Amino acid sequence: MVREVMKMELLSLSAVALSAAIREGKTSAPEAMKAVLEQIHRTEEIYHCYVTIDRDGAMKRAEMAQRRIEAGELTGPLAGVPMAVKDNLCTEGMRTTCSSRILEQYVPTFTARAVENLEDAGAVLIGKTNMDEFAMGSTTETSWYGPTRNPRSPEHVPGGSSGGSAAAVAAGECFFALGSDTGGSIRQPAGYCGVVGMKPTYGTVSRYGLVAYGSSLDQIGPLTGNVSDCAAVLEVIASHDPRDSTSVERQDTDFTNALTTDVTGMKIGIPRDYLGEGLDSEVKAAVLRAASVLREQGAIVEEFDLGLVQYAIPTYYTIAAAEASSNLERFDGIKYGYRAPGDMGLHAMYKKTRSQGFGPEVKRRIMLGSFVLSSGYYDAYYLKALKVKAMIRRAFDQAFAEYDLILGPVAPTTAPRLGESLADPIRMYLGDIYTISANLAGLPGICVPCGRDAGGLPIGLQLVGDCFQEKKILRAAFTYEQAAKSSGL
Amino acid sequence: MAGRITEEIIEYVSILAKLELSDEEKERAGRDMGNMLEYIDRLGELDTTGVEPMSHVFPVRNVFREDVVTNGDGSRETLQNAPEEKDNMFVVPRTFD
Amino acid sequence: MAREYETVIGLEVHVELATRTKIFCGCSTAFGGRPNAHTCPVCTGMPGSLPVLNRKVLEYAVSVGLAMNCAIARECKFDRKNYFYPDNPQNYQISQLYVPVCGNGRIEIDTQEGSKKIGIHEIHMEEDAGKLIHDAWEDCTLVDYNRSGVPLIEIVTEPDLRSSQEVIAFLEKLRLIIQYLGASDCKLQEGSMRVDVNLSVRERGASAYGTRTEMKNLNSFHAISRAIEGEKSRQIDLLESGEAVVQETRRWDDDKGCSHTMRSKEDAQDYRYFPDPDLVPICISQEYLDKIRAGLPEFRTEKMARYQAEYDIPAYDIEIITGSKHMADLFEAATAICGQPKKVSNWLMGETMRLLREQEKDPQDILVSPGHLAALIELVEKKEINGSVAKEVYEVMFARDVDPVQYVEDRGLKTVNDEGALRSVVEEVIAANPRSVSDYRGGKEKALGFLVGQTMKAMKGKADPVSVDRLLRELLQGM
Repeated sequence: MVREVMKMELLSLSAVALSAAIREGKTSAPEAMKAVLEQIHRTEEIYHCYVTIDRDGAMKRAEMAQRRIEAGELTGPLAGVPMAVKDNLCTEGMRTTCSSRILEQYVPTFTARAVENLEDAGAVLIGKTNMDEFAMGSTTETSWYGPTRNPRSPEHVPGGSSGGSAAAVAAGECFFALGSDTGGSIRQPAGYCGVVGMKPTYGTVSRYGLVAYGSSLDQIGPLTGNVSDCAAVLEVIASHDPRDSTSVERQDTDFTNALTTDVTGMKIGIPRDYLGEGLDSEVKAAVLRAASVLREQGAIVEEFDLGLVQYAIPTYYTIAAAEASSNLERFDGIKYGYRAPGDMGLHAMYKKTRSQGFGPEVKRRIMLGSFVLSSGYYDAYYLKALKVKAMIRRAFDQAFAEYDLILGPVAPTTAPRLGESLADPIRMYLGDIYTISANLAGLPGICVPCGRDAGGLPIGLQLVGDCFQEKKILRAAFTYEQAAKSSGL
Repeated sequence: MAGRITEEIIEYVSILAKLELSDEEKERAGRDMGNMLEYIDRLGELDTTGVEPMSHVFPVRNVFREDVVTNGDGSRETLQNAPEEKDNMFVVPRTFD
Repeated sequence: MAREYETVIGLEVHVELATRTKIFCGCSTAFGGRPNAHTCPVCTGMPGSLPVLNRKVLEYAVSVGLAMNCAIARECKFDRKNYFYPDNPQNYQISQLYVPVCGNGRIEIDTQEGSKKIGIHEIHMEEDAGKLIHDAWEDCTLVDYNRSGVPLIEIVTEPDLRSSQEVIAFLEKLRLIIQYLGASDCKLQEGSMRVDVNLSVRERGASAYGTRTEMKNLNSFHAISRAIEGEKSRQIDLLESGEAVVQETRRWDDDKGCSHTMRSKEDAQDYRYFPDPDLVPICISQEYLDKIRAGLPEFRTEKMARYQAEYDIPAYDIEIITGSKHMADLFEAATAICGQPKKVSNWLMGETMRLLREQEKDPQDILVSPGHLAALIELVEKKEINGSVAKEVYEVMFARDVDPVQYVEDRGLKTVNDEGALRSVVEEVIAANPRSVSDYRGGKEKALGFLVGQTMKAMKGKADPVSVDRLLRELLQGM
């Protein structure tokens, strides 16, 4: 009984606090892993956060981490902490499915750079989290392995596409997780599940080992229980990687140094377009309440016109679908993954394999992407979208000339019920309206919880900064989090 | 664009994308793509004259690697996930006439 | 009344660059090795892998462009060409469509009507595909990605060529430029140079082009000539019988001497090119261009002029030697060691060319190293071996570049310069051939030749024929 209580207490620790406790000898990496695995045993059947759980491997890795901690080799703030990784990040020797049938048996021969960085820092991999198939979706319902449920309310979706990662953090089935964000796929599920999620500036985290969806938009980021953990994880995964040509060399990745409660004089703008039609009134009220908390802390908060907001979604879906249609061509039944059974010609094999291997949402985007790139339509759609992208970027440049940060909701509503979203694709895509432009413009953004609606579902506050301004974002998010905590919000 | 997504277009795009759609899926694909394109057509409202298309957000340029061999025999790893292999090669349906 | 036709030809020439590694990963480009040995996640299209451009590929592409008088793009990009085929692991090829690295160049060729400029439309960088092998036993295809990702440049000409002779002259010139740059060995048979021929015919005097076809699978200059002649006749026959030429890709079958269409209804020729988001733009500065330009080698015309001035060798020799960068390099290096340009040239023009012809090889296949050739010349010079032994040794050097000094030593091929030993053999030969001796004395000079031959035979070739001749005359005189 005593032991059980201790374990429950372990689970309530943040990642950074847990690692400190392990390094101080108050508990151990295997103890922490055992606690997490027991929690998974209790709740995974309901929530289904994971596609793959490597129980034996996780315990072995935890014991190894413990030895390295005791030997003084691991001293960082994530040493010994159990983590979950979205299933589109390659893990050597551990299957990586992208929640697709087409990669059901795929076992990568190398590990994604971001995961490698975390393992080098002593974090311990538990398994791979569920997601929308190939990160295409906003609910984690397009997974071939079945949907994940929202731990705050199991009748609701956890959001997506990194729904498994967000849910695992919310359910205590890990201490932190990695996700990927192409149009809001980290921030939106963080909002729905009431956890912290951050998409860094494009190029900050190496994409090597991330199975690409929209290469020019994809970025890996943390999902954590609080802002401090978020900064600690980001600090580890941010690194220049010569294997990723789009990786950026930065000297300012000491993100944990930004965790101060000081927003005095910080200028925060709220785009009027973000507060208009389509925004749920409870969400709006919570976000404006959060804005006033920041104002009370010394920030200057005002509304402004960002412009072009309604063009972000069509621009995004054109570019993302085009890139996806090409990125997913490699899944053809020849080198790896699913191959349709039976004797048939080459082209029939391609078609059968891909038609059986991909789900409806993936096929929908591949078809759209192939069309917008096809002869005669390229200029009208793809090229046009790249031009609008440039205009959107310019609108943000203008906004950041005036404001340090842009504040808004992360999604128009709280988490929808399971089964409600997939029927009407465009309605589902509209839910991405507040998150998508950060990807188009390469900007960093964070989502922190800012209350709950009447049904008890979490509401997310989004803060977006100019490129390379993660520290400003973290400082504001940390300030808000601390102020909200002390005022009991 | 919505009304212009004909069966022929769906057929053509599915050849490009190597997807085999059932009649029902084709109909759905035509409808979905039509709706999406109608929505995307909104971009036509914007005057983009003189705007340079932006494929990369940052001016990162000239990223190279040196011409030095860094990889050894990778055949085992390369073939590890092959659905079918023979003599250290991938097996595919016949491509020769 | 037969109409007169004109043939219009443009070429697409793929050249494999002589880099050590592939275009986007650190895998070796070496030939050989077991299937898929030279592969990694990048060149086999594994999910999550990303390409990074090999610096040397750009250097080679730019230097080829400069050598062909091209304009070099100040900023260029890579695009994806999307099509499904098993030799292409990602099912898209990384290439350059929208902004190729070089454009608007020209090469001058010599034709019967004098010199002619052939326009270079563009040169772009791209990756090669893997190899497909037909497995007749199991009636399937096997895929080997060892060549997947090997860097290529594609040189696209304007439709400026009018005959197979012009095409061959152009290709020889192009190949020589690239070999001089060291950018590729350009071997057609081995596939390091691949030529696709775009050909159309039109009535002489017409201004519009006819419908063209593209011919692939041309593995030798001979095949290229035959294919051009064949395709020209095929198109003219079609037009003469009132049929239309169909724009299509055709595959040349050199054994059968005809071509057939490669079209299939499953291949929509719609490559959906778009800028590759995984690669960043390349900016080429004036500084970079200046550096590459400064590093360009001496090309053939300059080299010929220099040889004329520096070496006392015939103009014809100069033309042959500089006709291959490899031979010119061998000539210069061997001359630098032994200081005998004339002798080096003689070896190249005589024995080397003979052996190349006999064995149907290219000058760039010469294995002989300059040091060994110089050493052989020295052996002859010092009379350590005679001319015929030298030729014998050279054949072995040509086959496997042996060290002639070592070889002569090991086989005991050194000329016997011991006067006493030689004299006694000559005496034996005279004693054994009384008939020839009396013939010689009777005024038949030819009989001496026979006696020299017999002596050389008895000496197993290891004698200096001049000494043998002198001794024979001396001894016959004294008798």
